[in-house]
Amino acid sequence: MPTIHLDNLIKRYGEVEVLHGIELEIADNEFTVLVGPSGCGKSTTLRMIAGLESVSDGEIWVGGEPVSHLEPKERDLAMVFQDYALYPHMNVAQNISFALRLQRRPKPEIDKKVREVAEVVGLTEFLHRKPGALSGGQRQRVAMARALAKDSGIFLFDEPLSNLDAKLRGQMRAELALMSQRVQKNMIYVTHDQIEAMTLADRIVVMHGGYIQQQGTPEALFKRPVNKFVAGFLGSPPMNFLNGEIEDRDGRAFVVGNGFALALEGEIAAAAKAHSRRSITLGVRPSDLRHDADASPDVALSLDVMVSEYVGAQSVLLCKCGDEKVMVELNSENRIALGQTLSFAVNPRGVHLFDRETEAAIH
Amino acid sequence: MVDMALSSAAERAAKRRKAQRLNRLTPYMFMAPAAVIMAIALLYPLAYMIWGSFRAWDPSQTIGEAEFVGLKNYVTLWDDPNFRESLSVTLRFAFFVVTFELVIGVGLALLLDRNIRGMSMLRTLFILPMMIAPVVVGLMWRYMYHPTVGTFNRTLEGLGLPTVDWLGQHALMSVIIADIWQWTPFIFILSLAALQSLPRSALEAAKIDGATTWQQIWYIKLPLMMPVLIVTGLLRLIDAFKVLEVILVMTEGGPGLSTEILALRISRTATEFRELGVAAAMSNYLLLLLLALTLGMFAFTRWQEVRAAKVRISAEEDT
Ligand SMILES: Nc1ncnc2c1ncn2[C@@H]1O[C@H](COP(=O)(O)OP(=O)(O)O)[C@@H](O)[C@H]1O
Ligand SMILES: [Mg+2]
Repeated sequence: MPTIHLDNLIKRYGEVEVLHGIELEIADNEFTVLVGPSGCGKSTTLRMIAGLESVSDGEIWVGGEPVSHLEPKERDLAMVFQDYALYPHMNVAQNISFALRLQRRPKPEIDKKVREVAEVVGLTEFLHRKPGALSGGQRQRVAMARALAKDSGIFLFDEPLSNLDAKLRGQMRAELALMSQRVQKNMIYVTHDQIEAMTLADRIVVMHGGYIQQQGTPEALFKRPVNKFVAGFLGSPPMNFLNGEIEDRDGRAFVVGNGFALALEGEIAAAAKAHSRRSITLGVRPSDLRHDADASPDVALSLDVMVSEYVGAQSVLLCKCGDEKVMVELNSENRIALGQTLSFAVNPRGVHLFDRETEAAIH
Repeated sequence: MVDMALSSAAERAAKRRKAQRLNRLTPYMFMAPAAVIMAIALLYPLAYMIWGSFRAWDPSQTIGEAEFVGLKNYVTLWDDPNFRESLSVTLRFAFFVVTFELVIGVGLALLLDRNIRGMSMLRTLFILPMMIAPVVVGLMWRYMYHPTVGTFNRTLEGLGLPTVDWLGQHALMSVIIADIWQWTPFIFILSLAALQSLPRSALEAAKIDGATTWQQIWYIKLPLMMPVLIVTGLLRLIDAFKVLEVILVMTEGGPGLSTEILALRISRTATEFRELGVAAAMSNYLLLLLLALTLGMFAFTRWQEVRAAKVRISAEEDT
């Protein structure tokens, strides 16, 4: 399967530039997820790769060849759309086989392929139904089957699950993960849902405002976000942010803010000391806070518990630290009374610091 | 005390029932004047025409004096070669105008369905012919077709080509061309509206599936436009059978019977030949034809609605 290289890709609509120099290298058989808030330019990027939008500047390379001047049909790709984009006047079998019929493949071969992919997505009973007579989940499968039948090197998905209800979405997400392991292809998947991104991706590309913020494995992005946006976007419940100043107390680096003074340790302490500006934002994920009544105050946050959201094995506590809200993830076994002020130890490896002005990570 | 309360409750209930009945009747009361006018203006002439078609009726007689001849008018018409010729002219006219208008109108719509600057201006220009009164269209084309001073022959002469005897030898064709000019815009705007409401992403999917421009038109756009095209075509067909003014002004049905469509034949039968009964019978044949087409159109739209509803229901059952 071909490698894809987006080389300083720029998109303008009239005077407005919506993509500002996208630089991206996609390796063989990689499942790449473009994720970001709505309006950040994910779909535009994907549609430029597909050839549905023109390239304003820069180049798209597929397998070492420039393709930005080619028609979609010359690019050897398949795409699944958010609204499925099925042909309403054709039945499921005809929808799946449309590309093959255009290629004038022999009929037995087409029939075999249709049966094969219908089997993969579980549509065998519905081959003679029109899309209008299918449920949302089934239509989604038809769209998937149609893309699979084409046997192209590159698979593009534009928010394929966002029109499904929550339960079906989870189920389809798992099936997609299975399918992506089975069919070895280059997949580029667009979503605004960070959970989809984390569960499906070999590599996540976080976009914001027409720029790529960071790319890497889900783990790398989760553990070492390069800026406050990426840190806040990935992870659920999201990371807590507290404003503070870096202070030097007897040679130890502290983050001091409204209602807390946290000692820094290891690498991050050194990085904080070396950093030129003192005003920073402290980031701690809800899962990196642990209830510990005996924790020393310089490794813990003291929080006023306001609300407890019970979500099964885990509960999410909504707390207050000074004037800021802080969320804590907690095993539901621990009974916490509301209104208490409790001490939560901070996992030293879960401490993130961001420059308050540039929002870049300090590490 | 209790008694009074009871009786007043019963009274109130009776009043309420009366008010409800009045409420139910209200819409009919509002419709009544329109219904009366419809009955007088539409049903009375229709009944009169059907009644008259069974009689040998001369304009000098009242309908009561005319002799009752049963179905004779309807039967003898088929032995009249002039009627058969007129019917054939009408059918040919309708067939050709609707076919060409569909092809050209849909073709133009496919061509102009894009967002370029100046396109809305162009679209407005294209629908102008439809807004001109038919009599004016007839006059305009008669002058343009004029054998010596008309635009067409002068242009042909200027180019050194042989002139064409438009309203003589090729009268039917000329009349057809004029009608196409006037009514193609109707098909054009409806097709354009249909095209612009097609699901955008399905067309994009077709592009990715490898469809060329022609294949997109043939396999996706036309099939999806088909319901609109069928209804539009039927509307035009109904209209084409009733056409009168343009042909009356251009050729008066001539030369010979070459452009004598049914509407003209009917008026001539009534005024020139003074056979009101026969004219009425002819009108009724035309009416039956139009009725069949209209019913066909309603049946088609109804069938579509039913099918859409059925599809919706079976989709809901599955979820
Ligand atoms: N056809 C268009 N004309 C003008 N602006 C557009 C057009 N399509 C998209 N945009 C703008 O480009 C930006 C990126 O859009 P898009 O790629 O669809 O975002 P998303 O990340 O939600 O998929 C948005 O700000 C949107 O308003
Ligand atoms: Mg989008």
